[in-house]
Amino acid sequence: MKLENLRRGQSFRIISIPDDIVRAQAIRFGLAEGEIAVCEEIIPAGPIVIKKNRQEIVLGRGLAKSIQVELI
Amino acid sequence: MAHCHDTGLKLAIPENVKKIVLAGNPNTGKSVFFNYLTDLYVDVSNYPGTTLEISHGKMDEDVIIDTPGVYGLSSFNDEEKIARDIIINADIVLNVVDAVHLERDLFLTQQIIDTGVPVVVALNMVDEAKRQGIEIDYQALSSLLGVPVIPTVAIKGQGLEKVKNTLHSATKGRITPGLKKSLTDLINRVGSQGEALLVLEGDEVVASRHGILPGKERDKVYMERRKRVNEITAEVLKEVRQGASFATTLGRLMIKPVTGIPILALALWLMYKAIGVFVAQDIVGITEETIMIGMYEPAIKGLISKYVTLDSILGQFLAGEFGILTMAPTYLLGLLMPLVVGFYFFLALFEDSGYLPRIATLTDRVLSSLGLNGRAVIPMILGFGCVTMATIVTRILGSDRERRIAIFLLGLTIPCSAQLGVIVGLLAGVGIKLTIMYIVVIFSMLVAAGTILNAILPGKSTDLLIDLPPLRIPRLANVLKKTGVKSYGFLKEAAPLFALGAIIITGLQVTGTLEVIQNLLAPITVGWLGLPKEAATAFVMGIVRRDFGAAGLTSLSLTSMQTVVALITITLFVPCIASIMVLFKERSKKEAAIIWSASLVVAFIAGGTVARLANIFSTGNEVNIFAVTIAFVLLSIGAIAVTKISRKKLFSTFRV
Repeated sequence: MKLENLRRGQSFRIISIPDDIVRAQAIRFGLAEGEIAVCEEIIPAGPIVIKKNRQEIVLGRGLAKSIQVELI
Repeated sequence: MAHCHDTGLKLAIPENVKKIVLAGNPNTGKSVFFNYLTDLYVDVSNYPGTTLEISHGKMDEDVIIDTPGVYGLSSFNDEEKIARDIIINADIVLNVVDAVHLERDLFLTQQIIDTGVPVVVALNMVDEAKRQGIEIDYQALSSLLGVPVIPTVAIKGQGLEKVKNTLHSATKGRITPGLKKSLTDLINRVGSQGEALLVLEGDEVVASRHGILPGKERDKVYMERRKRVNEITAEVLKEVRQGASFATTLGRLMIKPVTGIPILALALWLMYKAIGVFVAQDIVGITEETIMIGMYEPAIKGLISKYVTLDSILGQFLAGEFGILTMAPTYLLGLLMPLVVGFYFFLALFEDSGYLPRIATLTDRVLSSLGLNGRAVIPMILGFGCVTMATIVTRILGSDRERRIAIFLLGLTIPCSAQLGVIVGLLAGVGIKLTIMYIVVIFSMLVAAGTILNAILPGKSTDLLIDLPPLRIPRLANVLKKTGVKSYGFLKEAAPLFALGAIIITGLQVTGTLEVIQNLLAPITVGWLGLPKEAATAFVMGIVRRDFGAAGLTSLSLTSMQTVVALITITLFVPCIASIMVLFKERSKKEAAIIWSASLVVAFIAGGTVARLANIFSTGNEVNIFAVTIAFVLLSIGAIAVTKISRKKLFSTFRV
């Protein structure tokens, strides 16, 4: 499934991030492919906030549509 | 073989002096270290082609250089490029790490260690970490990284002295496993481990400096480094407990639309009270009226008249109505500077408290329909201060496409503080209904222009991808320093533009061109906008200074409706001469000319449309303002729909 389809509070594993630069930036933030995070907040039709440990990242809707995740 | 690179930053540093570079993620408290380590005299140099200022100062015999906060070293944005060049040329790096975000921050630490530069780590904010239930074994961290690690609470001064005494014991740390072999081959080709690492990680800029192709190993190296950092973190970090604090709850409320919009409205209202009322009226009253017009201008005119007659052409250029030494400094220093300082102060406040990324999150949805993303909220807010400043700040946006859209919207729809003051004054005289109409019309234009540009410009805008830092009480000293540095940066960049603007305007005036333009505009003014011929003068004055344009209307006897039509036209109409200059500086000549003429045409179309609608929806002397407003909004929606449909048609034609 896509990151966009998550519901608030769900834990997920990142499967793939297609964009090169976004992937590099995500690894720096600690969100490499294979890592586990939680969907913290969904702004209606807007960005999605995910959290890993104490790190919170905001992803625009377009990005959330492109990132493949699986529920755990 | 000697490797000399022009890294852009010109610092006169003698050979035998050690370059100690401060590095760290954003908001780790680097600046407190900088202030502690350096003596009173700090130099600020502008990094060419950016709005970034790099501070450097002396510590005993050595030089301390600050770098922008970054999450990693590469060429993704200006901050990174600058930090990268300064760090790989450092003798010692003092890496400030936020103990609360160890896992994130250590990525940069490990990357700096991988460049082979000697490092000391300051593990900052250990008190906050402790409060949040995080315990870090800093000795274990030190032996795993292979560099000294000093726990600190910088804002309380704890550990700073130890950091200073440890700097010269900096060591080259343990590099990411598996990296050594790939690096060794490259080092022979490019000369230094730092450059070799960046080439390996696919940094195009560094690779091209050596005339070689960038490596394709970024993913592999990044993943290895991430793995290493996660292992280190797991070993040294112990979480005792995790509880939601008030700051966490407030942070959440700030990004949810239901609560976030009222909070944002409150913040903007406070900002308006502080800048729009206190600075714009009280402070500017002193700086512009009393100091610049009352004291400075007579003095400079007196001085110049000793050498040149003021009526002569040279006298006009120097100290005439639009002179380089009269209008330009009065406008820039007396009127704009206090407002710019006010805006930068609030921006620094929002930034340091962690509110700014939350505003970006909240507004992302709206801005992305205009082809921008949440980050664009920064130039948009600044635009209300000074469009010239905001146009420069669009450099922070992720793509050229976004800059193009943002610059056009800024020039077209955002009235700057200088103009806003006069507009508010004039609107006060026309009543609430027409005021609402004015706001709705300008807002419709913003939405329509953004949506249409987003639909017709090729390419795709970037998505929001930001880190949400914890909310903190900002430190006033830091906020003031940021405000000072940015305001000074603006002054340096804008002063020549305002001077050039003054020369052009005086040139137009002494040659009589200004009058010719006014006469040329007259038919449009009278026939299309339904305004008296003299209003054309106000429009042209609007180019000189945006507030002149609006102020020029006060002397005309206009009906309320005419006033609003003129105000709409003037708001949308060309930005002031300085922002036209900055437009040509920031964009290509062709694009700047298109943006400029497009905003002219759009301004007259919008103003005229409102005038026409007012004619249609009037019975006798009564104009149905409500109907005019609704009709305008519908026309804007219609324009958007037509663009979208014709674009679809265009695409399907191409496909066939």
